[in-house]
Amino acid sequence: MEKFDKLTATAAPLPLVNIDTDMIIPKQFLKTIKRTGLREGLFYELRTDEDGNAKDFVLDQPAYKDAQILVVGDNFGCGSSREHAPWALLDAGIRCIIAPSFADIFYNNCFKNGILPIALPQEQVDLLMDDAARGANAVIAIDLEKQKIKGPDGGTITFEIDAFRKHCLMNGLDDIALTLVKNEKIDTYEGKRKLSQPWL
Amino acid sequence: MSAPRTLFDKIWDSHLVDRQDDGTCLIYIDRHLVHEVTSPQAFEGLRMTGRKVRRPEATLAVPDHNVPTEGRAQGIADAESRIQVDTLTRNCGEFGVPLFGMNDVRQGVVHIIGPEQGFTLPGMTIVCGDSHTATHGAFGSLAFGIGTSEVEHVLATQTLIQKPARNMRITVEGKLPVGVTAKDMVLAIIGTIGTAGGTGYVIEYAGEAIRDLSMEGRMTVCNMSIEGGARAGLIAPDEKTYEYVMGRPMSPKAGAWEQALAYWKTLPSDEGAVYDKEIVLQAADIEPQVTWGTSPEDVIPVSGKIPGPESAPDENKRSAMARSLEYMGLTAGTPINEIKVDTVFIGSCTNGRIEDLREVAAVVKGRKVAKNVRAMIVPGSGLVKNQAEEEGLDLIFVEAGFDWREPGCSMCLAMNADKLKPGERCASTSNRNFEGRQGRGGRTHLVSPGMAAAAAVTGHITDVRELS
Repeated sequence: MEKFDKLTATAAPLPLVNIDTDMIIPKQFLKTIKRTGLREGLFYELRTDEDGNAKDFVLDQPAYKDAQILVVGDNFGCGSSREHAPWALLDAGIRCIIAPSFADIFYNNCFKNGILPIALPQEQVDLLMDDAARGANAVIAIDLEKQKIKGPDGGTITFEIDAFRKHCLMNGLDDIALTLVKNEKIDTYEGKRKLSQPWL
Repeated sequence: MSAPRTLFDKIWDSHLVDRQDDGTCLIYIDRHLVHEVTSPQAFEGLRMTGRKVRRPEATLAVPDHNVPTEGRAQGIADAESRIQVDTLTRNCGEFGVPLFGMNDVRQGVVHIIGPEQGFTLPGMTIVCGDSHTATHGAFGSLAFGIGTSEVEHVLATQTLIQKPARNMRITVEGKLPVGVTAKDMVLAIIGTIGTAGGTGYVIEYAGEAIRDLSMEGRMTVCNMSIEGGARAGLIAPDEKTYEYVMGRPMSPKAGAWEQALAYWKTLPSDEGAVYDKEIVLQAADIEPQVTWGTSPEDVIPVSGKIPGPESAPDENKRSAMARSLEYMGLTAGTPINEIKVDTVFIGSCTNGRIEDLREVAAVVKGRKVAKNVRAMIVPGSGLVKNQAEEEGLDLIFVEAGFDWREPGCSMCLAMNADKLKPGERCASTSNRNFEGRQGRGGRTHLVSPGMAAAAAVTGHITDVRELS
């Protein structure tokens, strides 16, 4: 997993609420057996019409083709647990998403893939949404260590993040390797349980 | 003596392997269900790091999302679907994970086969790479969906890194009116709390109307907890739970049964346990429900009219509503029972069990599917299919003009051949009505099995209670 430290990039606005993971990556793209190559499917039904022709979706507009930040509405990533959603976002270059709130499973999945999800009060998201709407001037700077976002006019917003999640993201830590350091504790737990609840 | 604890607290505490100073926990996972869509990359990860599955015997795999629901003997026509299902077979063989293959009678939708087999038991932690894992909470278990990276983590370590959720209790008092079911109850709950109402919480469902539900009804309610934003929903185990679980293939037997039963009886929330949020609903107020929009929270009683954007609380919601109405091809103010449907889908992990099929049979017996309606019924597993056929339900369905299919996720999410064409409108017993969920441009109205059956025979959304 790639580390996340600082990011200065174009932010694209997507002012919809309740963007679900079916919308982020429709089911036909879930048939892959890989984690990569999903950029084709990202927001597929918003970007293309039924004949496969491009509609004028924000990420396809010239100003936003290198966007690495998304500013979106409430409850982003609701619905299915498909990790294909953050995989598709990552494959398309998105490394940070800013929203008033995220659905739990999607939020978790982001951290497993080096994507930083930032939850902010609605008023602050509204400001950043306006910044993002500026096209080529929609450049936002994110500093994970300092937990700060700087908009194109120099205004700064501070964000909250769980300390452990921040630590793992900044160091690109592999969850499984971290857990296996505690392998003895897992052995001990299993040993005790075999005695007290043998049917498990 | 410690403070009174909720059911969730008890399960969390008893599964704690490690706790860091910042509150991040490592919890043990008792049961891991696996299907073909969210596991290939997880097994590949194990392969690349030279790791094994720590407890194959606590794992159970089944293909369900991609499998065809007809002509199964000819195999899977779609190449990508076939590869994904074959990959699951190969992975299970290589890593020693028990698998119910497509042609195994025990195969079915993953959240139907777990309880059927007694794989799901009270007091457990149960996970699967699928958000409707919440279903198993009906047994008084902590059950929730995880992403593929977490699937890999559970396969390798039998644990998960998690922070505890907060406790919410939703109490449904009184009795459901006749003709109103568990599906209507949970749709009404989601309509009340909203699609993000449960985010950050696990929901414990309580109250007389919950107790009165059968185990299958409880599964329907818990199944849709995720649509209200909660990762998990639980119902305390009781005599109905123990009776359901007893004697199933993987349930504990003899001495182990007595031991397990004694433990399960300690699980219900303690008197005085504190919940971070409490909501109370009256069962008597619930009518048969129908969703009109593109979120499960867009729901009204069947006697209602489609709402307009001006009823939305803010600008964001107003434009979301306008967008939904346009996608669904609906006009505000239209009574929902005038909406014609061209497709009916009965099945899914929400409503694909034997009691759901009996509910449908009771409505359609002696009636015919309306002209211009394509209606299919997909049993949740091979065992459900067999039981339905033993009871003669399949004959009732076929006589009425329904397509009687083989088990799988089918049209719930259209990863297989069963899908809506753009503009088609479906009364569906599944759990999501998102844009494109059942097929690009497809229009989904979520309803109970009885309501889907009623829509099939009249050709439009109909109050099932009006069909005597």
